[in-house]
Amino acid sequence: METGEARRAAERIARESFGRLVAFLAARTRDLAAAEDALSEAFAAALRQWPESGVPESPAAWLLTVARRRGADAARRRAVETCGAGRVALMAEELEAAASSPEAIPDRRLALMFAGAHPAIDRGMRAPLILQAVLGLTAMELAAAFLVPPKAMGQRLVRVKNRIRDTGIPFRVPDREELPERLDAVLEAIYAAYARGWHELDGGAPRLAEEAIWLGQVVVGLLPDAPEAKGMLALMLYAEARRPARRSDDGAFVPLEEQDVARWDRDALAAAERLLREASAAGPSGRYQIEAAIQSAHVARRLGGAATWPAIVALYDHLLALTGSPVVALNRAVALAETDGPGAALAALDPLAADERLAGYQPYWAARGALLARAGRTTEAREALTLALGLADDPAVRAHLRARLEMLPEAVDESRSPEGGIARRLGSAPQNNGLEHDA
Amino acid sequence: MRCMMLIHHDEAALAKAPPSLWGDYAAFNEAIAKAGISFQPGNRLQPSSAASTVRVAGDKTAVLDGPYADTKEQLAGYFMIDVPDLDQAIAWAARCPSARHGSIEIRPLAPA
Repeated sequence: METGEARRAAERIARESFGRLVAFLAARTRDLAAAEDALSEAFAAALRQWPESGVPESPAAWLLTVARRRGADAARRRAVETCGAGRVALMAEELEAAASSPEAIPDRRLALMFAGAHPAIDRGMRAPLILQAVLGLTAMELAAAFLVPPKAMGQRLVRVKNRIRDTGIPFRVPDREELPERLDAVLEAIYAAYARGWHELDGGAPRLAEEAIWLGQVVVGLLPDAPEAKGMLALMLYAEARRPARRSDDGAFVPLEEQDVARWDRDALAAAERLLREASAAGPSGRYQIEAAIQSAHVARRLGGAATWPAIVALYDHLLALTGSPVVALNRAVALAETDGPGAALAALDPLAADERLAGYQPYWAARGALLARAGRTTEAREALTLALGLADDPAVRAHLRARLEMLPEAVDESRSPEGGIARRLGSAPQNNGLEHDA
Repeated sequence: MRCMMLIHHDEAALAKAPPSLWGDYAAFNEAIAKAGISFQPGNRLQPSSAASTVRVAGDKTAVLDGPYADTKEQLAGYFMIDVPDLDQAIAWAARCPSARHGSIEIRPLAPA
């Protein structure tokens, strides 16, 4: 819809300008809460007005003017409560300085993201913190996205911002030798936001997945020489391209093998392919690049009919060696069923049976049940699929599993079931990050 | 940013630490001096068996024979540095020879 898109574009620019200004002010004062406070009134006004009246010629200057004029008193009152008079004076000085030449404000959002993903910050709070500071999402919105009560989310955000201020966490892009490790934390936080958004199917505002892709684009734009950042953005785009095909018109779960490829977003796929090519040309592959390559192989298989299952197994071997994750081992086994048959896949799953991390993991039991059904071990298949059904929380996935159970032969039948039946429909299990890429 | 760096040690393990530890400390102290980041000398403390803990309740002064917290790792010493940010403080904590035998707690001083 035209107007919907104009609205989104206006919001996008408001968020972009807000993030730049917060990053600029916070990098100078180290006080994230005060920086957000100083701009919050203006940002709220921009979110209200720009979609109606259009985006002003200089968005940053507009925000700064409103921040100084209308929001100044309120911000001052709140800021004195939260951080003392000395900091308010400093923030006011910075606002004045920024307002004198808003076009010359450097983009420090990357430094802000590195501060937000600093190892001294609780892992679980890195993604919400970055989403709030860089995109202006409210504690209420973040609470809904991360399934935390709004009050608790608000308190945690305040605590973590105080921590940044008091512990002296720097706002800077790390030096070259530290960069790979620290960039991992930034990418992990962004990807965690994407994984949260993956399950949102009816576009409630804000779409976390979209915001995560946006952050990924910011990182790639600001760090063009980091192949893993491109790998992660490619991975998100592959998953996003399939979003329209993941549910049928009546809301039913559609596994990868049954998805209507005409509903895949070709632009997003092309962008993902290009990013992945650039990333792999740049040097050794990390976790995100390998996962993106697996998605690329699935696309080549479904779109061009290429026989990519052996390549997928090989990529999972590589990923397993890198991560040691039991979920990667599970996905590898599911891919192995396509090259070596369900018996080989089940044999590969046996060592995982003792892993208690998988005992409550629904996709493990769904995949196991599908493989057992394919191998004709109906009784065991019924047990595994029933367990998967009990562990599923998504109604569409529950309906899907119920249908699979009903398709199992009635009587105990130890003969081979025909290839390509129930099991194939279930498709592969999710990736090690909890995303059902193959769904 | 001025920080107190608190060195915590498992005392039994410290007693068995190799003699080279003290040579490492001499080099570490030299490096800190050379970097010009120390604003107050650090110190090694007597073991926690030498500690007394005092509390006053009403008009009674209670003296406890031992350290404040009865934990495996005990405060064993400290040093003070003035650095630009937490990353620098972390780098110096990691260089401290005790980081291999115990842990270093970084505590920024409250602004005056």
